[in-house]
Amino acid sequence: MRAPVNKIIPLSVVDGPGNRTSIFLQKCNIACAYCHNPETQRMCIGCGICVDKCPVQALTLKKGAGEGRRGAVIWDETKCIQCDNCIRVCPYSASPKIRYMEVSEVFEQVSKNIPFIRGITVSGGECTLYPEFLTELFELVKTKGLTCYIDSNGCTDFSRYPELMKYCDKVMLDVKAWDKEVFYRLTQGENDIVKKNLVYLAEEHKLEEVRIVCLEPEVDVEATIRGIAENVEKYLNQFTLKLIAFRNHGVSTKLKDRETPSYEKMREWERIAGLCGFSNIRIV
Amino acid sequence: MNTTLDIVTSKGLTYEQKVVALAHAAEDSLEILNIPEKTRHYMDIGAICDLSEGHAPYRPRYIMPDYEKAIREGCEFLRLDPPKDLDELLSFLMIFYRHVPSITTYPVFLGNIDKMIEPFLDGISDEEAAKKIKLFLIYLDRTITDGFCHANLGPEETRAGRIILQLEKELQNAVPNLTLKYDPDVTPDSYAELALYTSLFCANPAICNHKMHKDTYEDYGVSSCYNILPIGGGSYTLTRVVLPKLAEEATDREHFLKELLPDCLKHMGDYMNERIRFLVEESNFFESSFLAREGFIDRKKFLAMYGVVGLAECTNMLMDDKSKTYGHSPEADDLAEEIMNVISDYAGHSDALYSEVFDGHFALHAQVGIDSDHGITSGVRIPVGAEPDSMFDHLRHSARFHKFFPTGCADIFSFDPTGRNNPAAVLDIVKGAFELGDKYISFYASDSDLVRITGYLVKRSDMEHYYKGEAVLQNTVHLGGDNYRNAHLENRKVRAIS
Repeated sequence: MRAPVNKIIPLSVVDGPGNRTSIFLQKCNIACAYCHNPETQRMCIGCGICVDKCPVQALTLKKGAGEGRRGAVIWDETKCIQCDNCIRVCPYSASPKIRYMEVSEVFEQVSKNIPFIRGITVSGGECTLYPEFLTELFELVKTKGLTCYIDSNGCTDFSRYPELMKYCDKVMLDVKAWDKEVFYRLTQGENDIVKKNLVYLAEEHKLEEVRIVCLEPEVDVEATIRGIAENVEKYLNQFTLKLIAFRNHGVSTKLKDRETPSYEKMREWERIAGLCGFSNIRIV
Repeated sequence: MNTTLDIVTSKGLTYEQKVVALAHAAEDSLEILNIPEKTRHYMDIGAICDLSEGHAPYRPRYIMPDYEKAIREGCEFLRLDPPKDLDELLSFLMIFYRHVPSITTYPVFLGNIDKMIEPFLDGISDEEAAKKIKLFLIYLDRTITDGFCHANLGPEETRAGRIILQLEKELQNAVPNLTLKYDPDVTPDSYAELALYTSLFCANPAICNHKMHKDTYEDYGVSSCYNILPIGGGSYTLTRVVLPKLAEEATDREHFLKELLPDCLKHMGDYMNERIRFLVEESNFFESSFLAREGFIDRKKFLAMYGVVGLAECTNMLMDDKSKTYGHSPEADDLAEEIMNVISDYAGHSDALYSEVFDGHFALHAQVGIDSDHGITSGVRIPVGAEPDSMFDHLRHSARFHKFFPTGCADIFSFDPTGRNNPAAVLDIVKGAFELGDKYISFYASDSDLVRITGYLVKRSDMEHYYKGEAVLQNTVHLGGDNYRNAHLENRKVRAIS
């Protein structure tokens, strides 16, 4: 079983409890206007635009190869200087620096980090686009006594993958907006499944944190806070509500120059969340 | 500082620093130690370095008084009764510390400070205790004007320890240096996390692998730059073998390992014995000190630290292959281990004078370097700027070499400030490292004013004053300022950037 891996971070202090190895899989099922790493959204189509722009000739276009129209862009990791020029010039929100890796290869990378980590977190893109890969990986990783977390936008129906949920310890779930229209404008996607997942994961005690990136008017922050509280009222003490202040770092859309909400504004949302019954609220 | 007049007229020294420098100059005017010609040769080429301890040792380098005994019994010489409440305790300690000498003239060890304070907190609110302890900590920082001063916490969680950690974050003091003795079976995660969280604001405390040190002697303390020494004793001296300087004289690898190194080690041991002999038999320190007379220290609990520095450069010189360097090539690391085996073998068979507490042997210590070192990396560390990309590989490498050093060996990591939001992650790294055999680890945030130089702490802002030629309160700012520049510590790899 293989999946396209964008990158693996051996030591991450920002992807769940404790020190974790984070694995980022390529491709997403939505396209958020505030996405920090838009190059993870789509698969390379082999157009070759980036090839000439590489300052160290680490990229070549192999005609007729891969699934792309013109061929496949081949990335020579040994030549690459990680300048990310290829990512900047890509008009398709993709990256040529993707490696298809077997479950066993990813597991080997994870194993190298024992005993310094307490678990792994798989993120993306959207990692739930590869449920079978995740299931196999998690089953292996669990044999080492590590915990397995999923970082997800919630647009894949978790209840359809009971085997995966058996091995998955916790999910860190984005609830990007509450109103259907607002959600669509922000992500080009639907949020019915997100709401379904919210309830399902809460009932299964699988929620580690629920996150809202705060930016008005693109996100209906207060409605989202209230919506979550009403839907999983009984479980509000079981997960952290993370209120993330929008930052424009890495953003490539029309939001790229938008400012971060003020700290006072963030505190106000925190106060509202408190009144709604959340017991663990964090502003980041 | 060349002449006595230079000291007297210096613009960059405080009055107190001048007094200390003058005392040093007076001591160095004596030539009473018997130093054979071959030893002098090794000293001249810089292979044996006594860290300018002085020509006539009249006090042990590091003294680790049994403060708990003093608190229990009081001190006759200082006319102090055993303290009965927190005010009396803090006053007792402030007076007592003033009379504990060391190589720096200031105390290098302030005791298990949390355990000393804890029994006196009964019936006192956190707020009241914090106010008193805060004044005490400020007093220490402003009067012990030397960063080689160390206090210990843990391994048990205490209220006093929590209060001290919270105050440290706020105070941003360089003195005292703090170490948390950490044992995952004894120290609660939440307490260790508070310690690490604090260290990402003020570079304090460092974390010591308690499990690996607790049986070294009856009881141990951590002093100065992470010296693991017996409580109630200490270290007579610390001389170091500067391996790259010695390697310059080697004709080849074989010559170095079989002849040069063993010969130099023996001469260094003899020199250390000469220092110990003078200190114990002629200086009358143990006869004149109230610490010894009243049993707060015992001559039989002193040992001598045998320092090793620059293993990285020495290995690279003997490898003579830019593609195979220390910390990166298994071949280079194997050679480094071979070098360490020669040293360890010498130490294990050495005859150290008056060193009953260490079975009559010298005790190996990974010396952290001094301000004037150029191109000589602390102990067995990997050179700054050449650290492996993976912090985990770095720590595995450390574990392999820490094992040689019973009296202290440590690593310092500059950490990304995001770690403040997740101290549990930093603790996971510590747990992993200690499980593999790392002995001591410390962190500071890459944006923090307080930075750990080789073991002691200095404020970047103070170094700026020093660079401008202004007098600064703590003499370690001079050492740290030079070391920071000479060792290019700004290039220390920042860990955990994702």
